[in-house]
Amino acid sequence: MSYPPDPRQAAFAGRRSDGTPVQRPLSPHLQAYDMLQMTSAVSIMCRITGVAWSVGVLLLVWWLAALATGPAAFAQVQWFMSSFIGLLVLFGLTAAAWFHTLAGLRHLAWDAGHGFALPTVMKTGQWVMVATGVFTVLTWVVALVVWR
Amino acid sequence: MNEMSKTNAAVMRTPLGRVRGLGSAKSGTHHWWMQRVTSIALLPLTLWFVVSMLSLAGASFAQTRAFLAWPVNAVLMLALIGLTFHHIAAGLQVVVEDYVRKDMQRIAALLVIKGGCWLMALVCAFAVLRVAFT
Repeated sequence: MSYPPDPRQAAFAGRRSDGTPVQRPLSPHLQAYDMLQMTSAVSIMCRITGVAWSVGVLLLVWWLAALATGPAAFAQVQWFMSSFIGLLVLFGLTAAAWFHTLAGLRHLAWDAGHGFALPTVMKTGQWVMVATGVFTVLTWVVALVVWR
Repeated sequence: MNEMSKTNAAVMRTPLGRVRGLGSAKSGTHHWWMQRVTSIALLPLTLWFVVSMLSLAGASFAQTRAFLAWPVNAVLMLALIGLTFHHIAAGLQVVVEDYVRKDMQRIAALLVIKGGCWLMALVCAFAVLRVAFT
């Protein structure tokens, strides 16, 4: 079965339970969207930050495994986390985590049936971006104060 | 209008599917619903995790172990691990299903995600239990 050339007609090629092939509608690929538009920008960023956070969780796996292994393994994690690259990664992860959390709250509100009017969508989208910046900086101010 | 949607529904679904009422995804809204449930549970848990990590900034090996060995922290960490990897597996699955079109590639990617999440979750849980019980 061939795929339609128009990304807006993107389809999922599957089979019915009786075995006959069928094309079902599916989210279009990224080229169908204007990425500078608030709605699609926040939407795709929610996915990207989710994937980034998923990869970043590997640091938690490493941290816990090292903590269970012994002081030498733990010292390696501590060394990486407090290195320049490590701090940069942690800072990026903090931003990704806040963005995904705040955009996720917006999704939960939508799921409950609230905030669908376009002006509201624009406002909450801007709110997500501004709050991500504020909460990320705030988190690191607290971190650096405690660390001292 | 009403008649027509009724006819379409009859054509698109198998008799068994109609009886079970679970639609073409074969699991109804379970996947979608669990993604929401885990996200709500992760809100307070992740906040606890961030506050804990902040309080542990610069802590020694012994201090960090003592923190995780405390039963409340160990249990919360286990809950965080289970829910986080459930949410990750569900989220990455949707991304792959949306963007990977070839059957074999998609199935392979989904299996890697499922297997990877299970393994990583078990590594984390084992580490927490080892710290808590030694």
